[in-house]
Amino acid sequence: MFNSSMPNLSKYSVLSMLALLSVLVHPVRAAETIILQSTTSTANSGLYDHLLPIFKSATGISVNVVAVGTGQAIKNASNGDGDVLLVHAKAAEEEFVAAGFGVERYDVMYNDFVVVGPPEDPARIIGLDNVIEAFSQIANSFSVFVSRGDNSGTHKKEMELWSAAKVDVAAASGTWYRESGSGMGSTLNVAIGMEAYVLTDRATWISFKNKSNFRVVLEGDARLYNQYGVILVNPERHDHVNATAGKAFIEWLLSKGGQEAISAYTLNKKQLFFPNAR
Amino acid sequence: MQDFAESFSLAFSLVWSFDAHLMEIVWLSVRVSITAVIIALIIGFPLGAALGMTRFPGRQVIIVLVNALMGLPPVVVGLLVYIMLSNAGPFGWLRLLYSPTAMIIAQTVLITPIVTALTREIVEQLHQEYDEFFKSLCISPGQVLATLLWDARYNLITVALAGFGRAIAEVGAVIIVGGNINHLTRVMTTAIALETSKGDLALALALGIILMGLALAVNALVMGFRSTARSTAFG
Repeated sequence: MFNSSMPNLSKYSVLSMLALLSVLVHPVRAAETIILQSTTSTANSGLYDHLLPIFKSATGISVNVVAVGTGQAIKNASNGDGDVLLVHAKAAEEEFVAAGFGVERYDVMYNDFVVVGPPEDPARIIGLDNVIEAFSQIANSFSVFVSRGDNSGTHKKEMELWSAAKVDVAAASGTWYRESGSGMGSTLNVAIGMEAYVLTDRATWISFKNKSNFRVVLEGDARLYNQYGVILVNPERHDHVNATAGKAFIEWLLSKGGQEAISAYTLNKKQLFFPNAR
Repeated sequence: MQDFAESFSLAFSLVWSFDAHLMEIVWLSVRVSITAVIIALIIGFPLGAALGMTRFPGRQVIIVLVNALMGLPPVVVGLLVYIMLSNAGPFGWLRLLYSPTAMIIAQTVLITPIVTALTREIVEQLHQEYDEFFKSLCISPGQVLATLLWDARYNLITVALAGFGRAIAEVGAVIIVGGNINHLTRVMTTAIALETSKGDLALALALGIILMGLALAVNALVMGFRSTARSTAFG
């Protein structure tokens, strides 16, 4: 019952284990790298895959994108976990700068939000051009609506629209109004599964692959305007912020070259983002 | 469902073409999870064995605690490690957030309780069997511990595989501390989550099939090694 070969955890096996570990854990950070805290809408649409190689070949700086909801991106940047913030919730961005977490906010580009829904259009909103009216009709007909519910830029916009339509969605939550609490793409998947209406930015919708038979049921209202802003995380607040490289990235985005690169990005022959730096 | 057929052929063609981007993601997944497993074994084996062979007041409480920690939700571990490694947190100065090392730390935290708890169970049974024998030998507790671990080694391989399975499959922790950064911290599970959110369900499922194949390969490899070693040892 007793195995004669006694444990022989010699120095060598320990050493070789440590050697293996050091190979596996080697550091990966390159010299000129910045972390960009940004939104799923910009990353998932492929915009950064188009922009970042151009920026890198011009400056040698690599940009690592962390794509989360605007709320989480702002929180992460406040913690100093990033060098540059590029999101779409102007009021929250201005608050971020005012609180001293960011240096200055610049407009970079815009696109718009659209309302997507099932082709049966139970709330009869196809043909409307007023989003507030459409939201009221969704609420009055108890048609299912899926919300991001995650404090993202899109969620903040949606809450603005509900309050303009004087609908108390918090009271309806769990009935016709459903909060997915997840990213734009996951929320679209949920909405399609539930035959529900949903507010999405146009870029995510165009690049989304699981559209089923859903379509844009309302677009073009000026209230659906979606502005993106870029901010350098304040190096005085977090001293490890790579301000030089971060600034270079922001300046490039706002420059003629960067703005033209944004215009040049298309998907299915459609332009997704419209530059508007001043 | 055409998604299934499409996914299988997609998975096959991705593997067949040795897609460079896929290989990068697969290698990072394996590297992160295997490193986490090795560290968890280094901590969990001696800890579990010590718990299995000793008797002291409060031992039951520790055992219950360790067993409960096997159910740690990955997203909670991710959040805790994020708070620790964030630049606003106590270990921010290490600059580890959004790196593979951060992912290794999170997975290690996640699977060390599993290794510890399962090792304790195995060693405790073995210790009861050997108890009289050890008493007659008058050997040191350190030697007892090492002997028990050595004799349980074939069962402990399964423990290591359980840890690996949990590590390679989890997404909640690594997506928070790694950030799912392309070419830096994107692993199989975070890539699957990303493709799902892009609505590319066929590609997401194809990656899932590859991940399952990977887990299968690792398990087959280890079990093959184990049976060879066993037949050499016992003839």
